[in-house]
Amino acid sequence: MKFMWFHLMPYTELPDDFREKHPSVWVDIHSSLFDPKRAHHMYNDFMDELEYAAECGFDAICVNEHHSNGYGLMPSPNLIATSLARRTRETPICVMGNSLALYNPPTRVAEEFAMIDVISGGRLIAGFPVGTPMDTCFAYGQNPSMLRERYLEAHDLVIRAWTEKDTFAFNGRFNQQRYVNIWPRPVQQPHPPVWIPGGGSVETWRWCAEKDYVYCYLSYYGYKAGKAIMDGFWAEMDRLGKDRNPYRAGFLQFVGVAETREQAMELYKEPAEYFYGRCLHVDGRWATPPGYVTEATQRAGLQSQVAKAAGSESTLGKGTQERFAGTAKDMQGIVDRGYVIIGSPDEVAEQLREVATSLNVGHFMLLLQYGNMNKELTKYNTRLFAEKVMPKLKDLFSEWEDRWWPKPMAAAERAVLPDFTATPRALAAE
Amino acid sequence: MLLRPAHPSNPGVRVSVSDPEVSFVELNGVQTRVWRKGSGPRIGFLAGLGGLPRWIPFLDRLAETRTVIVPSLPGFPGGGRGHAQLDDQLDWVVATRRLVGLAGLDGADLVGSSVGGALAAEVAALWPEAVRRLALIAPFGLYEEAEPPADPWAQRADAVPALLCADPENWRRLKAPPEGANSIEWPIEQTRASEAAARFLWPLGNTRLAKRLPLIQAPTLLLWGEQDRVMPRSYADRFAKGIAGPSEIRIIPGAGHLAELDQPDEVAKAILAWTA
Repeated sequence: MKFMWFHLMPYTELPDDFREKHPSVWVDIHSSLFDPKRAHHMYNDFMDELEYAAECGFDAICVNEHHSNGYGLMPSPNLIATSLARRTRETPICVMGNSLALYNPPTRVAEEFAMIDVISGGRLIAGFPVGTPMDTCFAYGQNPSMLRERYLEAHDLVIRAWTEKDTFAFNGRFNQQRYVNIWPRPVQQPHPPVWIPGGGSVETWRWCAEKDYVYCYLSYYGYKAGKAIMDGFWAEMDRLGKDRNPYRAGFLQFVGVAETREQAMELYKEPAEYFYGRCLHVDGRWATPPGYVTEATQRAGLQSQVAKAAGSESTLGKGTQERFAGTAKDMQGIVDRGYVIIGSPDEVAEQLREVATSLNVGHFMLLLQYGNMNKELTKYNTRLFAEKVMPKLKDLFSEWEDRWWPKPMAAAERAVLPDFTATPRALAAE
Repeated sequence: MLLRPAHPSNPGVRVSVSDPEVSFVELNGVQTRVWRKGSGPRIGFLAGLGGLPRWIPFLDRLAETRTVIVPSLPGFPGGGRGHAQLDDQLDWVVATRRLVGLAGLDGADLVGSSVGGALAAEVAALWPEAVRRLALIAPFGLYEEAEPPADPWAQRADAVPALLCADPENWRRLKAPPEGANSIEWPIEQTRASEAAARFLWPLGNTRLAKRLPLIQAPTLLLWGEQDRVMPRSYADRFAKGIAGPSEIRIIPGAGHLAELDQPDEVAKAILAWTA
C-alpha cells in the first residue's frame, strides 16, 4: 500500500460569511479576498508541510493544478514540484497534474515535466487531468466541445516528445509543430509513470487500461460516494481482461487522526467545515459547459443501474452544481457520509483498510491538510498518521507489484543537495 | 392538421400547426434534416440557440405565403453530430454554405436567428449570389468590450428560459419532451444543440464577423427583441453600419433574444414584408 500526501493549497482566510456574500470560490472569486502578504505565509506553510510529509516517510508528495480558485493556489504545480525536488531527497513527487489542453504548445508540459524529472533524479509521477470545467472552459477559455480531443492529442504529442529520439514534425488536428525536439529528456525511460485523474467515464477507464496508466478517482466525497465509481472501474478491467492489481488505481481520501475519535471530531471540525462549506461553494453557472461531459457519459448517467443502485451517494453523471448542492457541510454529516475519515490511529487504520480492500486501491492520496487547518495541526495529523497508521497498513497488497511507481536514479549517482536554507552570509552572521 | 393553443397571452386565438415535409441531405457524411412546408418563393431559416427540436408557429406564418426550407445546423436537433468535425470558423462557414445549397436554397431569401444569424451573414458576405435578401434576428458574431453579450453557457439551468425568451414559457415549450420522446436521447439532443453553438462561438461569441460585414450586399433586415437579454440592442446599429447593402432595424416589442419564439406573428410579418 502506498500513502501519498496531497496538498490542494487552499486559501485559508476566506471570510466567515463567504457563502452568503460571494457567489463562488472559483472562476470569479473576488480579488479583494486575496491578500498577497497573507498568501506569502500560506505558500510557505504549505511547502513546509509537504516537506514535512516527506520527512515523516510518506511514499510520495502530491500537488495539483487549479485556476482562479480559492481552494487551490497552484495554477502552476510545476513551480512547487521543482522546489520540492530541491528540498527532498528520496520521496517521489506526484504532479497530479498538468491539464494538457491548457498548454500551448503542449510540448511545454513535456519540457517542464522532463525538467522536474531531471532535477529530482527521476522521482516524478506525471499526472494528466483533463481539468475541471471551471479551470479549463471558464478560467482558461477552452472550448468545451473540443477539450477532450485537444487533451488526447496533446497527450500523444507529449508522449512522442518524450520518447522519439529524433526531431519530428507533429501534424495534429489542433497542434502543428515543425520541429519537436525537447531538451531536457526525462531520466525515467521511456518516460515517467503516467497517472490519470478522471471522473467515472468508461472511455477514461478503457483508455487507462489500453495505455497501462494508473486511474485515479479524486473526489472530495470520500469512499462511500467513490465505491460505485471504483466498482465500475474494476468491472471494466475485468471485461478487458486486465488483472486486479490494486496499483492500477489511486483514490483520494480526507483523514483526521487524533488520540481518540472525540478529540478528532473536535480538532478537525473547523477545517473540515471550512472546506466543505466555503471551499466547495461553487456557482452553478460554472457547472456544465455543454460538451464537457461526453454523450456516452451523459447516457450512462441517465440510464446507469450503478447510479440508481448507489442512490444519492453517487456522483456518477452528475454535474458539479448537483454534486456541490447536496453535500453535507456540518462535521457530523461530513463524517457520517465518509468524506473525512476520523478517529484514533487504530480506528483510522481499520477504516482505511476497509476502504482500500473494498475499493481495491493501492495508492491512497491523502488530504491531511484541508480548509483552514493550520500548520501545527497539519503536522500533528501528518506525524500521527505516519507513525501510528501507516505501519499498520504498509503490508496491504504486498503480493502485488506496483509497476507504476517512479524509478529514480540510484542514490549514489544523484547530486548532493546542500543543507537548506541558504541565507546570505552577512545576514547569517548577525 | 393539429390544433394547438397559441401564445398564452392570447388564449382565445388558436393557430393551425401541421407537420412539415421532412427530408435528409448528407453534409460531411452526416444525415442532416431539412424541413419544407408551404408554396411560393423559397425562404430559408437557420435556427438560433437551442435549435429546433420541434416545428414552431413562426415557420407556419412564413409558410402561409412562402416555401419555407429549414435545414438543421450541424449538431443542432436534426443535424446529428455534424458539429464534431467542425474545428474552426472556416469549417462552420463552409458547412453552412454547402447546407444552403443542399437544401435547395441557393439564391433564395435567408433568415438567420442568433447563432444561425451569424452563419447566414457569413454566407451572404462570402457568396453574394447565394442570398437574395437577408433577415437577421439578433445575430451573434460581434463583440464589444464595453457591452458584451450575455454568456449563454455560464448559466444555472433554471435561468436559461428567461434569458432566451421574454416569456420563459416559450423556451420551455420548445424544449419540453413531446409525448413518446426517448427520455434519455431527448435531453442529450438538447445539450448537443448547446454544445454545437458553443463549439462555434465559445467563449465570447466573437467570430470576427465585423471584418466581413462590408462584403454583405444583400438588403438586410435586422430584427431585435425589445427584451433581448443576450445580445445588446446597440449591436443592431453595429451590424447596420457594417453591412454594405441597404439595411433596416426593426425592434420587436414583447420579444426576447429568440424573437421568433416570443412573437412569431410580428417577426414573420416583418420578414415577409422585407422579402416580398
